[in-house]
Amino acid sequence: MSTLTTRPGVAPPEPTRTALRHRMAERGVDRTLLLLLPGVVAVVALFVYPFVYGLQLSFQPQGVNAHGGVFASYSAFFHDKFARGSIGTTFYLAIPASLINVGFAVPISYRMRSQFRGKRLLLTILVVPITLGTVLTAEGIIEYFGPVGWFNSTIQWLHLSNHPLTLTNNYWGVLFSLIISGFPFAFLLTHSYLSGIHPSLEKAAATLGAGWWQRFRHVTFPLLLPGLLTTFCLTFVLAFTVFPSAMMVGDPDGKTHVISIEAYEQALQKFNYSQGCAIAMVMTALMFAVIGVAMALRSRLYTGSTGGKG
Amino acid sequence: MNTVQGTSTAIVDPSAAPAPSTGPQRALPHRRSVALRPGTWLVWAVVVFFLINLFGVITTVVLDSFGRTWFAGWLPKGYTGSNYSDAWNEFSLGQVMTVTFEVSFLVVVVSLVLGVPAAYALARRDFPGKKAVMLLFVLPILVPPIAYGIPLATVLYKFHLAGSLTGVVLANLVPSIPFVVYTMTPFIEQVDPRLEAAARMCGAPTRAVLGRIIAPLLLPGMLAAAILVLVRTFGMFELTFLTAGPTSQTLVVSLFSAVFSAGIRSAQSIDAMAVVYTGSMLVLLVLALRFVNPTQLVARTRD
Repeated sequence: MSTLTTRPGVAPPEPTRTALRHRMAERGVDRTLLLLLPGVVAVVALFVYPFVYGLQLSFQPQGVNAHGGVFASYSAFFHDKFARGSIGTTFYLAIPASLINVGFAVPISYRMRSQFRGKRLLLTILVVPITLGTVLTAEGIIEYFGPVGWFNSTIQWLHLSNHPLTLTNNYWGVLFSLIISGFPFAFLLTHSYLSGIHPSLEKAAATLGAGWWQRFRHVTFPLLLPGLLTTFCLTFVLAFTVFPSAMMVGDPDGKTHVISIEAYEQALQKFNYSQGCAIAMVMTALMFAVIGVAMALRSRLYTGSTGGKG
Repeated sequence: MNTVQGTSTAIVDPSAAPAPSTGPQRALPHRRSVALRPGTWLVWAVVVFFLINLFGVITTVVLDSFGRTWFAGWLPKGYTGSNYSDAWNEFSLGQVMTVTFEVSFLVVVVSLVLGVPAAYALARRDFPGKKAVMLLFVLPILVPPIAYGIPLATVLYKFHLAGSLTGVVLANLVPSIPFVVYTMTPFIEQVDPRLEAAARMCGAPTRAVLGRIIAPLLLPGMLAAAILVLVRTFGMFELTFLTAGPTSQTLVVSLFSAVFSAGIRSAQSIDAMAVVYTGSMLVLLVLALRFVNPTQLVARTRD
């Protein structure tokens, strides 16, 4: 405005064009936004388009379901008891795994707030499993928890059990693998959320006479809870889409036939792309439902400053 | 002034008030540590139990990869390094490693080229529809790879790109570009926009502002993003598995296929391959942690 009034000679030649550009620039729209274009185009072409294509394909049944109407791929999935059961199997694995991971991450990172010798080393060791990769973890679990592995040998040596426990090629093996790969991740997130809460808040509570449990329950925990819900969502997504370890340490044709295995088998082994995409869509919808519930809970909590680096 | 200070210390630290006698001062922390004790012990017991089992899981694989035979008992019977050379020949690890590094390198370069400008625009401008763009970039990180990987593989098969190196690179770009955007945005926000304004005031053209002001300041951030994308691509199983053909498998995928086409191969050489994979991943991660503070990515620092 002021430039227009002080320099009246500049404005007249192309009044409308200049005004539009200025008005756009005032709202933040200028040529800088062109920088967004390549990235947005790539994500739209490689993510949005395939997703929409898959959604559309899931309503065009093929193979055995070809004449069953628009929803045949979905109804084939929901009418097959074994396929439908994979939803339950997945939740039965993912919910305990993410609860265990988040549940143990809280007290451990709470202990790890203070400075002590070897803290950095312990942090590094706890983060190492991220590098292991699913295959090494799976091989390790098969060998370590197997019938003649070190774990069972120790248990028998201590006379805790007479016969070896079956911990591989079933539910437990997959759960262990989810904990080994998911816990470091949950711990790292919780630890950084917790270190973002300023210690002076707890000190203030302490001066008012709060014991450690009251300080945790009424000061730290409410501030941590939004972060914990986010952590829960992320670990849940990791556990919900477990695929390689469910194939290797699990029992892919029975107890650990999770939904991702079902989708993979339909799409790339039976080449029924339509039903594979339909299952992938069901999977996405279920995942968003869980995240939605967690985020709805989160929005009811305090999410302001936590006094730290926040 | 003096009195105010005096009262405030009295409020903050009640134990300091009876200064002459050191008795209560010592008793207070002592009592507290007793109250904490069982919980503390339990926490450390859990940590130790987890670490022992983790150690067992890793050690069995590493020992087995050097062992001759190991069917029962505490240790393998005899040690050898031949499993590694077997693995190298049987799984043509040389070719697999080349493909892995080609894919990772291409993904890193392309995602930086596409992601950094987008991150710049998002960090600097506030425009209508910014929320929608942010959502567009967060979705590929949030939606699990296997859920969008199946439709993506279908599309790539339609365009005859699946099974080739291009297909694998394209698939791996999907989570990498948003990842670069979200890693770079806080880095760019830390660079004071007044620096750019000052450079322009001094008559620098856009090219000079980009090349001599912004790029040097963003180099650490770009390095961090590049290494993180490298680690992710190296370890990305699902997308590569769904889109790779026999000649475009990365190390993780060929490891997985080796386990499933086992039988003729000994478990030892598969373990050797897994150790090679984890070793390279460890090197990458140590490299990454030298440049990136992981907590910085979650709770960003802002002054």
